[in-house]
Amino acid sequence: MMNWASWSDFFAMGGYGFYVWGSFLVFFICIVGEVVLVFNRRRTLLKQLSLIHKVTQHEQNNETTT
Amino acid sequence: MAINWFKYSSPASFYSLAGKLIPIFSVIAFILFAVGLYISFFVAPTDFQQSEAYRIIFIHVPAAWMSMFLYLVMAGWAAIGLAFNTRLSSMIATAIAPTGAMFTFLALWTGALWGKPMWGTWWVWDARLTSELILLFLYIGFMALQAAIDDPRRADKAGAVLALVGVVNIPIIYFSVKWWNTLHQGATVSLTQSPKMATTMLTGMLIMSIACWMYSIALVLIRTRSIILERERHTMWVSELQRAT
Repeated sequence: MMNWASWSDFFAMGGYGFYVWGSFLVFFICIVGEVVLVFNRRRTLLKQLSLIHKVTQHEQNNETTT
Repeated sequence: MAINWFKYSSPASFYSLAGKLIPIFSVIAFILFAVGLYISFFVAPTDFQQSEAYRIIFIHVPAAWMSMFLYLVMAGWAAIGLAFNTRLSSMIATAIAPTGAMFTFLALWTGALWGKPMWGTWWVWDARLTSELILLFLYIGFMALQAAIDDPRRADKAGAVLALVGVVNIPIIYFSVKWWNTLHQGATVSLTQSPKMATTMLTGMLIMSIACWMYSIALVLIRTRSIILERERHTMWVSELQRAT
């Protein structure tokens, strides 16, 4: 590691650890959370349409349906 | 190379095209986030003025750029949907709004956490910060308005008008640091001047921005596919999807 003498040095961020990690953590929590939400929505929807197996099979077959 | 672009204005063909594009954009986004984070923490040197606190720039600036850029894209698709009555354009606009709102929130959040140690305050009613907050309200207003109208085509039109009126806020955010004497600093990277920062810092910031961009494309495509299925569930092609084995 070029900038950091140790792991504790890395987590301390020169005394700004709270601000730096508070930013990066929330950033990636939001991104992961949005990914989870968007896949939940799709899964629920496919269940509703009772498509889940058929669609995945269909997409694997890669046919065009138009 | 003759590509029939109109083919993809039909939700059915867009649905299968998007399904093929999503993995590509997801993988690129993932790799770029990994590289960008590595540069942010291990390659970019400590700043002589702000010590390590400046590293927030690697997510603050990409989030702020995406918040404005996504609004313009959203308003653009909404306008096309309004002008040409194309269903798919309006669906894409609807799909962009939550991601745009998320990046706006992140720009404000990371800005607050950067403002506290550097300015001594989480928040000031300065032109840049206030106009960015208004952007968040515009996104939320767009989503709330569309959610409140039962008929999707009417919701599309009402949302499009709101989105288009709100576009006036984008140049206000962008030029706020020039037009008013704000606490927020001026543009670090501008289209007309060479950047006023170290190359490694600029590289890290640009890679993180492209990562956010690729992420947004993948996510909006996934969400658009859900919206297409929701709205087209009674059509022939969806039932053909159901029958196809």
